[in-house]
Amino acid sequence: MPSLGATFGRGAATTAQWDIANADCVVIMGSNMAENHPIAFRFVMQAKEKGATIIHADPRFTRTSALCDIYAPVRAGSDIAFLGGLINYIINSERWLNDAFFREYVVNYTNIATIIEDNFQDASELDGLFSGWQAEKLSYNVDSWQYRGMDIPATLAEAYVHPSTEDPDKAIEKQQELTRRLPPSDRTLQDPKCVYQILKRHYAAYTPEMVERVSGCPKKTFLKVAETLLNNAGRERTGAWCYAVGWTHHTTGVQMIRAAAIIQCLLGNIGRPGGGILALRGHCSIQGSTDVPTLYNMLPGYLPQPSAMKPHKNFDRYVEVETPPTGWWHNFPKYIISLLRAWYGNAASAENEWRYPWIPKIVADHSQEPMMLAIADGLIRGLLLIGQNPVIGGHNSKLVRKGLANLEWMVVRETFENETASFWYKSPEAKDTNGAGPRAQDIKTEIFLLPAALPGEKEGSFTNTQRLLQWHDKVVEPPGDCRSDLWFMFHLGKRLKQLYANSQDPKDEPIKNLTWDYPTQGAQEVPSADAVLKEINGYTWPERKQIEDFKELKDDGSTACGVWIYTGVYPRADFNHARSRKPDLPDGPGTHLDWGFAWPSNRRIMYNRASADAEGKPWSERKRYMWWDGEKQQWTGKDNPDFSSNKAPDYQPDFSQGPKNGVDAHDGKAPFMMSADGKAWIFVPSGLKDAPLPTHYEPVESPVRNPMYGQQENPPVKKWARADNPYHRVGDPQYPYVITTYRLTEHHSGAIPTRFVPSLAELQPEGFAEIPPELAAEKSIANLDWIVISTARGEIESRALITERLRPFEIAGRRIYQIGMPWHFGWQGYATGDVVNVLSSIVGDPNTTIHEGKAFTCNLRKGRLQRPQQGVART
Amino acid sequence: MSVHPRAREYTESLLPGVIPQEAELTAGTRIEPGRSYGFFTDTTLCIGCKACEVACKEWNELPAEEFKLTGDSYDNTGALSATTWRHVSFIEKLKDANGDRATELAPFQSNWLMMSDVCKHCSPAPCLESCPTGALFRTEFDTVVVQQDICNGCGYCVPACPFGVVEVNVPDGKAHKCTLCYDRLKGGLEPACAKACPTDSIQFGEISALHDRARKRVESLHAQGRSDAYLYGAPDTLGATNGINRLNAFFLLTDRPEVYNLPPQPSLPSRRVLPGLLSGLATMAAIAITAIVALAGE
Repeated sequence: MPSLGATFGRGAATTAQWDIANADCVVIMGSNMAENHPIAFRFVMQAKEKGATIIHADPRFTRTSALCDIYAPVRAGSDIAFLGGLINYIINSERWLNDAFFREYVVNYTNIATIIEDNFQDASELDGLFSGWQAEKLSYNVDSWQYRGMDIPATLAEAYVHPSTEDPDKAIEKQQELTRRLPPSDRTLQDPKCVYQILKRHYAAYTPEMVERVSGCPKKTFLKVAETLLNNAGRERTGAWCYAVGWTHHTTGVQMIRAAAIIQCLLGNIGRPGGGILALRGHCSIQGSTDVPTLYNMLPGYLPQPSAMKPHKNFDRYVEVETPPTGWWHNFPKYIISLLRAWYGNAASAENEWRYPWIPKIVADHSQEPMMLAIADGLIRGLLLIGQNPVIGGHNSKLVRKGLANLEWMVVRETFENETASFWYKSPEAKDTNGAGPRAQDIKTEIFLLPAALPGEKEGSFTNTQRLLQWHDKVVEPPGDCRSDLWFMFHLGKRLKQLYANSQDPKDEPIKNLTWDYPTQGAQEVPSADAVLKEINGYTWPERKQIEDFKELKDDGSTACGVWIYTGVYPRADFNHARSRKPDLPDGPGTHLDWGFAWPSNRRIMYNRASADAEGKPWSERKRYMWWDGEKQQWTGKDNPDFSSNKAPDYQPDFSQGPKNGVDAHDGKAPFMMSADGKAWIFVPSGLKDAPLPTHYEPVESPVRNPMYGQQENPPVKKWARADNPYHRVGDPQYPYVITTYRLTEHHSGAIPTRFVPSLAELQPEGFAEIPPELAAEKSIANLDWIVISTARGEIESRALITERLRPFEIAGRRIYQIGMPWHFGWQGYATGDVVNVLSSIVGDPNTTIHEGKAFTCNLRKGRLQRPQQGVART
Repeated sequence: MSVHPRAREYTESLLPGVIPQEAELTAGTRIEPGRSYGFFTDTTLCIGCKACEVACKEWNELPAEEFKLTGDSYDNTGALSATTWRHVSFIEKLKDANGDRATELAPFQSNWLMMSDVCKHCSPAPCLESCPTGALFRTEFDTVVVQQDICNGCGYCVPACPFGVVEVNVPDGKAHKCTLCYDRLKGGLEPACAKACPTDSIQFGEISALHDRARKRVESLHAQGRSDAYLYGAPDTLGATNGINRLNAFFLLTDRPEVYNLPPQPSLPSRRVLPGLLSGLATMAAIAITAIVALAGE
């Protein structure tokens, strides 16, 4: 979530799902919310019942569109052109320029008035590039993106980009400027180098006509959206945005979300009821998996993963370069030391660098896509898969399968035998005894399929879309040999410790000294998930007394904490806040503070200081949420304040008394306390690898040249062009159609939990391709005809579902057809179909290395594939 | 629906037993014998998620249909049957009056219609009227249920139902259809489909309360420009015709009933008996007279 992190300080949804019901306008873009988040969509319907306008912008007319007031069709991958058009419309509108609300909000709470370095050059000047582009390194040097005379540390650990990596000490020194004065600004917004003026120049080309030309959205519809947004913003009204993987699955995904974040800043919609950005997550606990995290480039709680490519040679140096002088992250040493204490217990001490040297350093991009390439190349010999089905969900599935066939061993923990566990005898190439392979008889990978327990068969917590931890109890015992993932990891750890118990080799010390003392229950020695959550919450060391707030964490080793942002979830030995289920009654505040626990510190709307005006008064009675109580000298309201609770609105740091660190360097009007300057970043000086302001680039595979700039694609995009992962060139006549892939309500992702359930499988029993009737007519394809869809990576067959819900687009004077395919299907289970990700390529967003499954190109023809065994495999 | 005050009494996930009158918490209504209950299905709130179909099959332990793509939009179960008691139909009508794909849409559901169909639990009920064995009966909750242990499989109820709801199942030769979760109602639980519906498109309740709520909903929709919204199956509306006073499962629709595969004017079979008999007698008489005349002429 680097986009929300870079803009607001934390990579998570800013609001709570149920708060969407308070919105006057809901925009759903990059999400098919009704289909993929049907439960959350009830709150959109509640907002509608109260009179809100609902907008859906999407390449396809979906079940979400059917419930909206405005449906804006946009070509897959053109979102930034559309969003940039909105930004341009807003900042040039009468309303925005003349309503004092907007000026007060943006000047105080965002960096719109901040002055950027004089040598900054914008994409509008450099034909799609920003200053600092290093063509030989395919990356930016972001020195010129900094605030004038300062160096601004990123808020992100996961995408840490130091402005001057070549000379970290110079950067550290320049960062100290933040402790001596507020960043330079021009509150009149006239300075040509202030963010507002840069923003104006950057988006000047994003006119309604250009929006239509690039995205295909009719100008009239676009203007209707823009007016609706403006009309539902201000003191009395707020609007919310909901997005999901329809934005993240692009090579420009991070910048799409950034564009929405800018719009929400400009409209004064962050930190307020009925406002915010709801990042709808792809699975039930994906938020948890980034918090805790399962990502390779972060330690728990968004702490930076030690890296061989950064100045992290020892603990002191690591802490020095990773601790920003101002903002909440100034507390970083407390969190990392408490984490190391939790991991290594009494073996960690100040003298031995808290055992920092034991943490492996990353040496490259180790995320899933490069990992699959490394497997294909034989660099990785063994693979543990827990809740993953990469043959279906991984991109360029044939390459993935080729890699799996190279492995020596693979462990798959699943509830059913999935495609990944059965690829060696059931994939099309494995079954083709005369084919190029890998054929079944040649595959030597040893595969262990271990039966996994389902959620109802184990206890634990989910962290959902809105950062809410909800505990669930075990309902039934798992059958037979099925075990929970926690059981598996715990016993794997125990056996490793046993294996190395007598080793004298120093490299085995981390395993020998890992604290792994969770109590177990029963004959199967099921570890206590409760004890794990207590450790995640944190406690004093060595007494193990639960702590209530992360403000109690110390950098002297007297506290241990697994995930600092979760502190408060288990504040007392007898109180698991995540298990609490007390809703507010209709006359209550409606924030439901006793229903589960939302990180950080049970705050439901983040940055809620912004729900009050500069003086700390509610913007309006209708949108009352948090306010400054002058008598008690504290912030109060319906939620827990996401601000220093007794910092007055008129507080000004007195720099004449010496340097100010942490949030003391922020004034009383700085709601975004994670960032170095306490403001929301409309302009991102550091933390992102591709742009300080969202810019329209075409998807890596596009039928058209970029109508806006000479620069075709996102400049630092991650590409791996090779014989087994080829890309289509721009406008390749062999692959003239845009294809977008997606999920259906009826199935869940790789669909192992759904394709094996008869009452779900019958609802969407086969794969299909949605095709607009205009294209079907050209190709003489009738409904339910078999068709072959192909890319340079591979070809598959499917049935045609001809529907007007897909439409042709007129892009830059040309008619572009787009087709769509749900990607759930495979050869296992009751609902089957060819693997759609055979078509897609391995390619990545520069910040996240997330693929571009939402927009690439393909060809299609009527007919079927010649296969030894014709048709869709049935089991 | 707002949170019921009783929700505060049940804050534990592991409970000693079933919550008494749980429907009061989940649907705002107590379930007591002697009163009339039913469904108000508001299509303008339906998102086509099919949670109702799945909840129904799971609770009632109904088997899946054939795993086959129909090509009919996102509807792959086709119709109500002996084993599908909730069925969501999908009707695509993307184009506006000018023949263009619409971008400015009517509030709430439009352009891709989705409707969760179910047994109407008619009052009076045609199927019940035609049943010779008494297998079909009216329950203490004013719903209509088939008792398979009494059903002789004659199938009279099948053509009697004007909605095509009842079907005789091949494996057991008995009639099957929605029971409005008779077993759940007895336990104070709202029916599975209504409980699973995330957007309250399916609302369960006492029928008179549902009628009031539905009429207000129509008024509200009209005020918001949805002049096409109307009730189907409430007293004195389409669907409650020709001797059927009301459908205990009634609907809010925005297009003609036929579009949703509903008859515009369903009727009780007994209403069809007399005209059928009279026309038969008239035909007989006409033949007789013709014959007499013909013979007399010779």
